[in-house]
Amino acid sequence: MIAVVDYGVNNLASVVRALAAAGHPATLTADPDVVRHADRVVLPGVGNYGRAAITLRVTGLGDAVREVAAAGKPLLGICLGQQLFFTGSEEAPGAAGLGLLPGRVVRFTTGLHVPHVGWSEVTPTPAGRSHGLTGPVLGDAGAYFYHVHSFHPADVPDECVLGTADYDGPFATIVGRDSIVGTQFHPEKSQDAGIGLMRRFAEWTP
Amino acid sequence: MLARRIIPCLDVADGRVVKGVHFEELRDAGDPVEQAARYDREGADELVFLDIAASYELRSTTLAMVSRVAERLFIPFTVGGGIRSVADAGAALRAGADKVAVNTAAVRDPDLVSRLADAYGTQCVVVAVDVRRQAGRYAVMVTGGREATPLEAIDWIRELENRGAGEILLTSMDRDGTRSGYDLELTRTAADAVDIPIIASGGAGSFAHLADAFEAGAHGVLAASIFHLDQQTIAAARAFLRERGVPVRP
Repeated sequence: MIAVVDYGVNNLASVVRALAAAGHPATLTADPDVVRHADRVVLPGVGNYGRAAITLRVTGLGDAVREVAAAGKPLLGICLGQQLFFTGSEEAPGAAGLGLLPGRVVRFTTGLHVPHVGWSEVTPTPAGRSHGLTGPVLGDAGAYFYHVHSFHPADVPDECVLGTADYDGPFATIVGRDSIVGTQFHPEKSQDAGIGLMRRFAEWTP
Repeated sequence: MLARRIIPCLDVADGRVVKGVHFEELRDAGDPVEQAARYDREGADELVFLDIAASYELRSTTLAMVSRVAERLFIPFTVGGGIRSVADAGAALRAGADKVAVNTAAVRDPDLVSRLADAYGTQCVVVAVDVRRQAGRYAVMVTGGREATPLEAIDWIRELENRGAGEILLTSMDRDGTRSGYDLELTRTAADAVDIPIIASGGAGSFAHLADAFEAGAHGVLAASIFHLDQQTIAAARAFLRERGVPVRP
């Protein structure tokens, strides 16, 4: 069973729909025990880092997600959900993320318009090319995914960066380690490429 | 690099997609849910849904239709028509919209744009600006193009950017439905005036018109007639644009 974690953020229904379109029905749940016992877990999210971090802590959902990661079960973070895999974000200094990935989350420093909104090409890194989930999805050429964000991962060790996009310079847009993968973009809004990524996640053996 | 966007637009009245000329003489162009599914399948970059009969209120029938459309979409989805408040926008987003478009309400209450940006983020806020050339100026029109305002379009667009609009859906009423091409001078002037994306709308009759709008600085092109009525495919448009050197998705 795939659990999609409902922690009061937006954009949950579209994640469940994209998994269904990929041939893998998922359960939307706010129950930490359901998350704990799922075979795979998706942590979606659109919203504010600080509020989301607090919600994960007080509901016990954060601990359940950490247990899923520790058990080596596939865990996918999307946008804010992915950012919460790090220890913290410039969006909410002092708010504690889940600390599952090394690195931090920073605001774009660019003269370009922020947020970065739109379809950007995602290119695999060497680590991403040989990765069981991102390798088949990105191929050698990469693929376009829909991004909407003002913050992005930074200071992530090379082996944990699986894909990059460019917005006045490259930034990590797919990150991961062991059974954990996070995307800065929205696969649920990225049509065939996104549905393909969801399908691969549902079938992936880390 | 950000891909340039091809955006089919569903103008909806009484539960049906319609298409007019200069915002009038509406003719039937199909079922919104079926049209939306078709455009998603064909590879549209986004979809815009405007309830053109609802300048004054966000109706529950519209929200029900928005939910049904959202169920068939795996691309960003903008909903407009009758959104006058943060609460209306929230209802549209809960029904499955990713962005909301405001038009008349923003002219009547410009602070609404700021309130929407504060509540949902600038990326959620699309402001539709309907323009008619009048005595050598770009006049902003409201209530579905029926009413002129004292606003000049380029000044208005600059103000909207400052107030937190995420993008501008810029429609030339003079070109709407004429299929004679976008108003390129309007598009270029607007694109040069602000940093936020300009979506060109009104007048697309051929793929070459789409390319012209991109070359004038548009980040996206809205098109209805060429896709609804001619049954041209998005894939064909994309291939044409790529040939012209426009950076679109493969």
